[in-house]
Amino acid sequence: MFTDGMGVIAMYALTVLLAIPLGKYIAKVYQGNPSRNAGSALDFIAPLERLIYRLGGVDPNRQMNWKENLVALVTINLLWFIYAFFMLLFQGSLPLNPDGNPSQTPDLAFNTAISFLVNCNLQHYSGESGLTYLTQTAVIMFLQFVTAATGMAAMVLVFNALRTEVADKLGNFYVYFVKSITRILLPLSLVVALILAFNGTPASYDGKDTIVTLQVDTVGVSRGPAAGMIAIKQLGTNGGGWFGVNSAHPLENPNYLTNMVEDISIILIPIALVFALGHYINRRRLALVIYGVMTVGFMLLFFPSLFAEISGNPAIANLGVAQPLGSMEGKEIRLGAAASAYWGITTTATSNGSVNAMHDSMTPISGAMQMLDMMINAFYGGVGVGFLNFFVFLIVAVFISGLMVGRTPEFLGRKVEAREMKIASLIAILHPFLILVSTAISSYTLVNMPDADWAVKPGNWLNNDTFHGFSEMLYEYTSSAANNGSGFEGLGDNNFFWNFTCGLVLILGRYLPIVGPVAIAGLLAQKKYVPESSGTLPTDTGTFGLVTFAVIFIIAALSFFPALALGPLAEYFSLR
Amino acid sequence: MAKQSSPSLFQRELVGTAIRESFVKLNPAVLIRNPVMFTVEIGTVIMLLVTIYIALSGDTSQGSLGYNIIITLILFITILFANFAEAIAEARGKAQAESLRKTREETPAKVIRTLGRMKLDEVEIIPSSQLQKGDVFLCETGDIIPSDGEIIEGLATIDESAITGESAPVIREAGGDRSSVTGGTKVLSDRIKVLVTTQPGESFLDKMIALVEGASRQKTPNEIALTILLAGFTLIFVIVCVTLQPFAEYANTPITIAALISLFVCLIPTTIGGLLSAIGIAGMDRALRANVIAKSGRAVETAGDIDTLLLDKTGTITIGNRKATHFYPAPGINQTDMVRASALSSLADETPEGKSIVELARSGDFGTDVTRSLSIEGATLIKFTAETRSSGIDLPARLNGNGRATAGQNTDVIRIRKGAVDSIRVMVERAGNVFPAETDKKAKEIAANGGTPLVVAENDVVKGVVELQDIIKPGIQERFQRLRRMGVKTVMVTGDNPLTAKFIAEKAGVDDFIAEAKPEDKMNYIRHEQTGGKLVAMMGDGTNDAPALAQADVGVAMNSGTQAAKEAGNMVDLDNDPTKLIEVVEIGKQLLITRGTLTTFSIANDVAKYFAIVPALFISSIPALQSLNIMRLNSPESAILSAVIFNAIIIPMLIPLALRGVEYKPIGASALLRRNLFIYGLGGLIAPFIGIKLLDLVIGVFI
Repeated sequence: MFTDGMGVIAMYALTVLLAIPLGKYIAKVYQGNPSRNAGSALDFIAPLERLIYRLGGVDPNRQMNWKENLVALVTINLLWFIYAFFMLLFQGSLPLNPDGNPSQTPDLAFNTAISFLVNCNLQHYSGESGLTYLTQTAVIMFLQFVTAATGMAAMVLVFNALRTEVADKLGNFYVYFVKSITRILLPLSLVVALILAFNGTPASYDGKDTIVTLQVDTVGVSRGPAAGMIAIKQLGTNGGGWFGVNSAHPLENPNYLTNMVEDISIILIPIALVFALGHYINRRRLALVIYGVMTVGFMLLFFPSLFAEISGNPAIANLGVAQPLGSMEGKEIRLGAAASAYWGITTTATSNGSVNAMHDSMTPISGAMQMLDMMINAFYGGVGVGFLNFFVFLIVAVFISGLMVGRTPEFLGRKVEAREMKIASLIAILHPFLILVSTAISSYTLVNMPDADWAVKPGNWLNNDTFHGFSEMLYEYTSSAANNGSGFEGLGDNNFFWNFTCGLVLILGRYLPIVGPVAIAGLLAQKKYVPESSGTLPTDTGTFGLVTFAVIFIIAALSFFPALALGPLAEYFSLR
Repeated sequence: MAKQSSPSLFQRELVGTAIRESFVKLNPAVLIRNPVMFTVEIGTVIMLLVTIYIALSGDTSQGSLGYNIIITLILFITILFANFAEAIAEARGKAQAESLRKTREETPAKVIRTLGRMKLDEVEIIPSSQLQKGDVFLCETGDIIPSDGEIIEGLATIDESAITGESAPVIREAGGDRSSVTGGTKVLSDRIKVLVTTQPGESFLDKMIALVEGASRQKTPNEIALTILLAGFTLIFVIVCVTLQPFAEYANTPITIAALISLFVCLIPTTIGGLLSAIGIAGMDRALRANVIAKSGRAVETAGDIDTLLLDKTGTITIGNRKATHFYPAPGINQTDMVRASALSSLADETPEGKSIVELARSGDFGTDVTRSLSIEGATLIKFTAETRSSGIDLPARLNGNGRATAGQNTDVIRIRKGAVDSIRVMVERAGNVFPAETDKKAKEIAANGGTPLVVAENDVVKGVVELQDIIKPGIQERFQRLRRMGVKTVMVTGDNPLTAKFIAEKAGVDDFIAEAKPEDKMNYIRHEQTGGKLVAMMGDGTNDAPALAQADVGVAMNSGTQAAKEAGNMVDLDNDPTKLIEVVEIGKQLLITRGTLTTFSIANDVAKYFAIVPALFISSIPALQSLNIMRLNSPESAILSAVIFNAIIIPMLIPLALRGVEYKPIGASALLRRNLFIYGLGGLIAPFIGIKLLDLVIGVFI
């Protein structure tokens, strides 16, 4: 148990140690002049970037306002969707399909395309049989790169609005987007993929291998160019695995070392981006306060989960069975309870959604913490979008604390007024709205028409009725709204009702929380910059951090208190 | 300065009006302006229907009839409490405004009618309420001035104590910057003709009264933003409560409508929602009590954001006027000669500086022969102009023909001038004379010590320099320190030379100064600050201040100032007190702080309310959730009742705070946030735990 604990501490410490220089590097990447070299270590990529701009017909020096940037973002996303949908629809007849896997049905292709387009990676198929090597790499892996970069580019647009000298123009989305891939995601993925490949993760186009087991059965083992995709799956807070069971699969996550690398990859960029903010707008203290608030929140979610997992299942303890390894149901013995609990919290904190253990099998407290993590969705958060979510809470906190010191609220020299509050309020409401309303609809359907004549009768949706069943539904929608993509499983979700409702939640949960903060940023940037005076409320203090934390706790966490009480909390108190 | 503040927040007659108004405000068309309380009203109506249904059908699946009646009543009372808060604030504000208005109502006005082209003036007496804009009326000794206006002819001493509380009479005269009169004040002597400048019902006071009336009050930008945020919170809790019903259905836990609506009403920010407009009205009322008439709520709120404050030196930082303290003769000039010249030049000078020179000359320190022979018969008075920057007198030489005229100058006019160093230097040097280096040195010395050197010359020969000293108002340093701690930069505007200005600026503790200021300098300074994103406030009275008053974000015009200045500014100070801006800034800040802290309090309350109601909803069917009942409340019914009652009574308990405003302390923004967060955030977290538990103990006795 001690070693387990040390492993978790080492993972977090290593992440922060790596994130500090990475943050500095990222800030430098985005600060660089688009047409010339940025002065970073990767300047040799610049010609490639220029080629991309020329091919795309993009003028990298053109400064765009927030509306133009959002139009660019949404248009290019739409193009990717069409591309992904048709690739999946015809994958069976396209090359690089050594295992002869079939094309996806239109509704599954639709679902898969949407799910990966929004960086959610909810999978209603199993990678080994549901995709070909071509679609795995050219659709899934492609989207894992570009959607992560989309979030990061949107975040840089918001960063720009926080700089003192900016007015109106927020920079060029395409430039930030391209650089995010060429200078951040691609090099990091290369490193992670190499480590994985050397530890046994497949990286071949040869199709299935076979082994003969001790029982002399011949078993086909799926392979493929997996290492590269798993790297970006972790780094880009994507989470959609090569294999069906994700990082619990021995080839996707072979040993404790790869587990550490993959888990560090989950939160490395989200933390580094907070530090990057400090360097980019030259407000290190503000970045530290934001990091502090996120970390306190993260730890408050992690520790209950950790203790719940290592102390084991009370139901088993009541049988008089000792659980020296903690609660091991649904976990990999090579990884252990502590590392699984840590992964569970990192993956839900960051909208990653990859798993190395089955969340359905974790103790109720872990379930509650993981859901709460996704309900808040701003403690580190997904690459780029995590900060955007946090930004909305920040604006609300700025407003309330600004009033409390007797000044029209202002954030980094820009006044926060009615229009910004309107957008911030709407975005803050959106997340509870999506989760609670959709869960309410599914609960209502389940209770009132259990025998509806559907492919899967609502009465048969749940493996568990009772509180755990409610948690399964709640988790599914929470995961969708947070664009997380992990599943509690135990839920019959591959049917029209769940595909449709989750798809809707996915789209709304992705684009509105990007559009909102960028719009706020655009509006703020247009305002006159007011230099700070001694009457201005400094936002880089612990006190302000406390207000932000309180706002997050009361808006995001407490709105879900009744729902959580009926799900994991009821289960937890019943188990004791 | 006598503040007209009432000792009690709840005067009997005001409470009566307010209670009546609380019911009138139940009208949904009125209440919809306040989205939070409007949703409570909807909840109350639903509860009323449920109660009627139970009474008629006897169905008790929704709880007992008595329980439902009590919940309905408490919700109804919650709305009444909120309405009462607004009504009492309104009543107080109106009472304050009316007391000002009463003084001017129905006074007879002597209107002058011009008859035909003969311009035959005829005085007709009409009630003041019939005065129209453009009318001219006459006021003589003992008359009450019937309406606001501008003197077009004459001069009068006026008792303005009815408005300002200041008993000393003031002089108002046609032309210049002190030509305004206010309705309700009394003419003590002389006779003036006054032009009516406002339509009846459109005076500043009428505008102010509209600001303290809830119905016609324009919401300020910050108030709108806060209302949006509160509406956002309300919507979140609509979602939370509406979706809870199917969740509970899944968990086989029927939730009564009463419980669901109670949860909703407790969670939405009713405390701040109920008090929000009262806070706004009370802010206007506080401004009125400080004898400041704001033309909009926005102006008062902006005052709290002020970064830079422009203040005239004279009258604000220093006691009115400079006084002569020393005579320094130029080399080779005897002192008596110099003192006599100085006194002569000032005899006809009505400015306080001039008078003080004569006063000093007559003080006896310079020999009696100095003043005995003074005579200005037949003299021509040379008035001060901005171009010459000097004043003086031309005396016929024969009247003073005892050889005093400078030898060699066979002129029959003695020209004595006194003025600023550079203007006299130009005059002297143009005449081919030398400006003595010693006098120049002395003048610089005086200026460096904060005094004003006034050079006296007779027939273009320098006689010496008179030292005028400013006296800084006692206590002004502390006020500037307070402003600095608020984050407000103070700027002194003065016509003095830079050296003098610097000395006084340092002595008074202002941050910056504009020396040798011309009217357009103020304007340029304001523009410059505004380009840097700063908000600027200034105070002014003269017509030449009007553009700057209009340009400033907060322009406070003195009531004694010209009509142009009053129109240009967005506040009028009835006391004519130049330091009033400091109070206005505090009132503005207080307004925002009160809103912010009560919002925090209201939202922090939710934590306890969740822990009271959520377990109460479920423990009957999921006993395990008893663990969430951390307050150990008696029963689900008593838990819900306690929460709803607490939610209702916290509104009237906070009314005094809303009306008085949360105190502003200039301790720096971060420290202030910490303090308010501790009191209202932590307090808001803990108070309902205690309150609900106590209420539960009491209710537990009855059920």
